[in-house]
Amino acid sequence: MRRTNIRRGLAPAVATLALATALSACSDDSSADEGEGEGSGLSGTLSAGGASSQEAAMAAWRAGFQEANPDVTVNYEPIGSGGGREQFISGGYPFAGTDSALDEEELAAAEEQCTAAPIEVPNYVSPIAVIYNLEGVDELNLDGATLAGIFAGEITTWDDPAIAELNPDADLPGDPISSVHRSDESGTSENFTAYLDAVAADVWTHGEVGEWPIEDGEGAQGTSGVVDAVSNGSGTIGYADASQAGDLSVANIQVGEEFVGPTPEAAAQILEVSPRAEGRPESSMAVELARDTEEGGAYPIVLVSYLVACPTYDDQETADLVKGFLSYVVSEEGQAAAAETAGAAPLTSALTDEAQGLIDGINAG
Amino acid sequence: MSTTTTERGTGRPARQRGDVVFAGVAKGAGVLILLALAGVTFFLTFEGIPGLTGDDSVYSGKDGFLSYVWPLVYGTVLAALIALLIATPLAIGVALVTSHYAPARLARPVAYTIDLLAAIPSVVYGLWGINFLAPRLVPGYQFLQEHVSWLPFFAGPTATTGRTILTAGIVLAVMILPIITAISREVFLQTPKLHEEAALALGATRWEMIRTAVFPHARSGIVSAVMLGLGRALGETMAVAMVLSATGVVTFNLISSVNPSTIAANIALQFPESSGERVNVLIATGLVLFVVTFAVNFAARSIVARGQIKG
Repeated sequence: MRRTNIRRGLAPAVATLALATALSACSDDSSADEGEGEGSGLSGTLSAGGASSQEAAMAAWRAGFQEANPDVTVNYEPIGSGGGREQFISGGYPFAGTDSALDEEELAAAEEQCTAAPIEVPNYVSPIAVIYNLEGVDELNLDGATLAGIFAGEITTWDDPAIAELNPDADLPGDPISSVHRSDESGTSENFTAYLDAVAADVWTHGEVGEWPIEDGEGAQGTSGVVDAVSNGSGTIGYADASQAGDLSVANIQVGEEFVGPTPEAAAQILEVSPRAEGRPESSMAVELARDTEEGGAYPIVLVSYLVACPTYDDQETADLVKGFLSYVVSEEGQAAAAETAGAAPLTSALTDEAQGLIDGINAG
Repeated sequence: MSTTTTERGTGRPARQRGDVVFAGVAKGAGVLILLALAGVTFFLTFEGIPGLTGDDSVYSGKDGFLSYVWPLVYGTVLAALIALLIATPLAIGVALVTSHYAPARLARPVAYTIDLLAAIPSVVYGLWGINFLAPRLVPGYQFLQEHVSWLPFFAGPTATTGRTILTAGIVLAVMILPIITAISREVFLQTPKLHEEAALALGATRWEMIRTAVFPHARSGIVSAVMLGLGRALGETMAVAMVLSATGVVTFNLISSVNPSTIAANIALQFPESSGERVNVLIATGLVLFVVTFAVNFAARSIVARGQIKG
């Protein structure tokens, strides 16, 4: 009995070992072929960092880029937007990801470091969904003022006239609303409150803040915490990255005459209709997000993240690497990869072309 | 006893190389732990002091360090207190069962199971708390709000997600249960058999025996066990950060969704996106937690010392 047992256990182990050896031999061959055959010519290590919002998308981009260029290693440290900008300006990072464009002071410092005005391209657009869990209500329409009222603690029940007016067909219960917000400081909160501030400053009087400013409502840690709290509670409403909303119901937000859901297309649309930020160098594609837009089909609660890079680098290798990687990130392929893994909204082709034009200008000198 | 006195009579004890090495290692360990503690204190003090008197903007809407840290201290102590109130009687009960009541065949597995609880990472407790425990406590909280809302603790309105400070306290109680149980059990087992048998011989029931022989002997051990549990409850970070809906208020209400945060959870939540002086503020709150823990420990030691003089 015992002997058979051992043999039974041994056979698969041996098989696995053999298979693993065979596989590794195969992969060795193929990678060697690729190196000689395709020969993109790029090699080296690129170590950058910045906004943690881009982390998931960045993982997809790194994997995609490294697969196409096996001799290249790209590292991305998600140390936060502020840290990323600081490191970029001091020359620690060849490029950085940031949720907000460089401010005037940082622009000047970056220009000095790069010896020319830095490039800023939007590379990651992510819609923020208003998620809710209310039995019997599968579709919910909200406008900015109502949303602000709910999160400011002024609208406290689901059958409030303000909500009922926007949802004449919904069977709204009289349950109390429990609004869930992030208890940690986050860019999601910042963009969400920026929207409330832009469209309903008279109801939401706390401005644009990363750390939740009021004591009303329920706090939860991180995106996952908010999603968990909203799913586990009843009569709950919260905000989270649209890709993380899962099975939860998602509210439509009034823009102009329409009610728009957080689809990738609608989120990308807001970038198109937003004007460029003023007083910036031509190499900057930073936009002044028109969160109060009336343009139909644009979803106003989004997080837009940028990559900042220098137009010229001291050595050819870094210049080529940055150029290659950034080209991949804004390319249709790169944007599709981010959409798939991180739920980001792909850039419109007009924006991609413009960004590509800026990136093509990167050189050594 | 007798052997030591005779040895002392012969003068200096013999010292061999093994003794020297061992003494050195032991001394080194003692010095190292003191150095580590001193290092932590210095770090907290020097990095924290700038956070005490920062600009108002770094206190996220509060006007000064004290008004920023006060709700956190309150929340920390409240959550730990709830945890202790639940865990202590439970732990002593379990320890008594495994040391005096249950037959050895049963006591051993129970003791092992309790010890296993200590090996579960706190992030798992957090997940358990937020996804399993909290939603199941909501009906209980609703009952409390309906029937005893005249008590300020249960004034409501009930959090529909169940992520209240009471839930956090319960999760903490489960987390500190193994520490208190394990130590109490060891102490209970060390009660001199003669004392126990004497009590029984005088006609005491088993409960009277435990009350008159086991508890007095074990008192300082129980206090130490509770203090270790309290230390873990005060410093627990991840589980609280995940379970508790923290909004920074000071309230007696235990079942609503507005709760004070705890110092450790607040640091974990705010640190990743903080820079500059805000980091100093967070470190300063860490210093406050350090002081609170110290104060609690000293208080406990003095209680133990007083108990010993009496006994």
